[in-house]
Amino acid sequence: MNNIVFLIMRRMRLLLLTLVVVYAVSVLGMTLIPGRDGDGNVWYMDIFHAFYFVSFMSTTIRFGEIPYEFSDAQRLWVTFSLYLTVISWLYAIGTIITLLQDKLFQRAIAERLFARRVRRMREPFYLVCGYGETGETLVRSFTEHGQHVAVLDRDEARISQIQLQNLRDYVPALAADARVPLHLQEAGLRHRDCAGVVAVTDDNETNLKIAITSKLLHPEIQVIARGPGRGRGEYGLFRHRPDHRSLRNLLPLPGQGLADTLPVPAQPLARRRGGRGPGEPLYPPRDGLWLVCGYGRFGKVVAELFRHEGIPAVVVEERPDITGEPPTGYVHGRGTEAETLIEAGIQEAVGIVAGTDDDTNNLSVVMTARELRPDLFVTLRQNDTGNNDLVRAVGADMVMHPSAIVAEQIRILAGHPLLAEFFVLAGQRPNAWACELVSRLSAMVSRHVPVVSEIRLDAGIAPALVEAHERGEKLTLDELFRDPWGRARQLPCILLMLCREGNKIMMPASDTQIEPGDSLLLAGAHRGVARFRWNLAHNAALDYVRSGRVRPQGWLWRHVRFR
Amino acid sequence: MNPEKVVFGFFIILSLTLNFGFVLGEIDNPVHRHVYELFAVVVVNFIATILKFGDRSQMGAVLLATSLVAILQLFAATLVWALAVHVNGEGMTEVVTASIVSLSAGAMLANVISVILLIIETVMLRR
Repeated sequence: MNNIVFLIMRRMRLLLLTLVVVYAVSVLGMTLIPGRDGDGNVWYMDIFHAFYFVSFMSTTIRFGEIPYEFSDAQRLWVTFSLYLTVISWLYAIGTIITLLQDKLFQRAIAERLFARRVRRMREPFYLVCGYGETGETLVRSFTEHGQHVAVLDRDEARISQIQLQNLRDYVPALAADARVPLHLQEAGLRHRDCAGVVAVTDDNETNLKIAITSKLLHPEIQVIARGPGRGRGEYGLFRHRPDHRSLRNLLPLPGQGLADTLPVPAQPLARRRGGRGPGEPLYPPRDGLWLVCGYGRFGKVVAELFRHEGIPAVVVEERPDITGEPPTGYVHGRGTEAETLIEAGIQEAVGIVAGTDDDTNNLSVVMTARELRPDLFVTLRQNDTGNNDLVRAVGADMVMHPSAIVAEQIRILAGHPLLAEFFVLAGQRPNAWACELVSRLSAMVSRHVPVVSEIRLDAGIAPALVEAHERGEKLTLDELFRDPWGRARQLPCILLMLCREGNKIMMPASDTQIEPGDSLLLAGAHRGVARFRWNLAHNAALDYVRSGRVRPQGWLWRHVRFR
Repeated sequence: MNPEKVVFGFFIILSLTLNFGFVLGEIDNPVHRHVYELFAVVVVNFIATILKFGDRSQMGAVLLATSLVAILQLFAATLVWALAVHVNGEGMTEVVTASIVSLSAGAMLANVISVILLIIETVMLRR
């Protein structure tokens, strides 16, 4: 607000001064020059009439000579002041138009509108800094899940794209440097309903600065920032835990880097939920040679992972002088020609990863590989969302779109703070534990990606449970996880973590008692989670799963039975 | 020496001195008033106000406020003059003269505050 007013006042100063002086001189001249009235007497115009005359003279040139016909001296002065006033008005209009077109002025207005829209948000929203590939995918994903977003990006072109993208929700966006705390505040950092800040700009320093600013100005909110991963390329994600005060808790999230989505089965649970969206879980072949085309950031992660899993892999790289030579040796070439692939051993291979940073090359690699070996398991790295149609047409067994993967992970994390805690704790468990959990989950969801849900047991979401607890009844996990449509069956979902007064219990035993105020992290089939919520909310369902009988619900029947 | 400060100070003080000159005299005596004097006061006050535009400091804001008050008072005074002389035709009676002078005296008070603020600012700069 202030910016705009001061900008206008500063720009208009000279213009207004000119107008005042010109008017004063013209009015003064009119009053000083003698005229003749109808009878030929000498007559002087008074200031009031002179001002009136000059006012309409300068704006509308078609005027009459009032109240009497002018003398020649007066006409001379009118001619002079006429040009003076008209020119100063032209100057005024020019100045105003220049002001309206001024970049600085327009930016000030855009900033003000943006700040006002964000201030008026009345539902929780996320602040996304950086609208590159990841930010764009993330914003789309957020809005499609009914979550409000505000966006900051330094690049004006990217910001204006938002209006063209047909998002489901209106997304306020501002082209401004997110490193400036003022801009973050305008974007709602201190807003009561700001649920979290996501920093996914292309610069790690900027992301860190955003994380620190958010931490200092609004310590309670969740912060997720992209930063340099430890040995995993640049895809590490960091999250700040709201219940800790120091910045050291910007923890790297285990199992949340890119490596989690790679084609290696039997990874811990964290690595199963790659955010590929609903679909079948894939089991790429493990016993045999893999080719990895491209040894950039992505290729390094892939090669490292294969080495870790003990799967033989051959790297194909065209410019090892830039990317660095892989320790295990490489085959020189782009991978788009048949000779290179044959030299790398495609005839014996079971799978290939087309992982360069150029989509055209990757598509070409896939097509060449398919021609040589139609039965090969093909993994394609997609860099640009714009190539969706081509990627779909080429029909790879698995498509990895790093930006999309990271975006989806951020969305899931942002919506489920407990999930991140779970990953931290799960990372400390042995691999066998994770494998068992994965197979249990896979059995429940069969062909679909598991649903994750976080439930806080309060009177709003679990009225039946709260009521039963008030009656003094004890509720165990085993009872609650029975199917309300047939209590002999278990619900197809698992309680991953129980959070009670800050204590986190991983995979609690089935005789654990559940109390109001607990937070639960569930995973499983959509059906299972939905019916579990039934058990929490409906008295009849809860009674049935506990005792097999349905207690009368109405006031009358309750009295008739229990008298 | 900053030429901007010279012009700025000149107009602020000129608006006070002109205003003072107009108010000086018996309050209800139209002979002591000349219309050109009021005209000059109005014009110089306008210029002084515009010169104060766009200063973001606290001092600048208060200076602008005093000038706006002066302009408001002077506008009322000229309106009374124009109504009495040209619209009603009652001319410069004692009542009319008194109200014009008291209104412009109010404007003078605002101008005095302006000048005091200007002096304070100058003194603070010299510290």
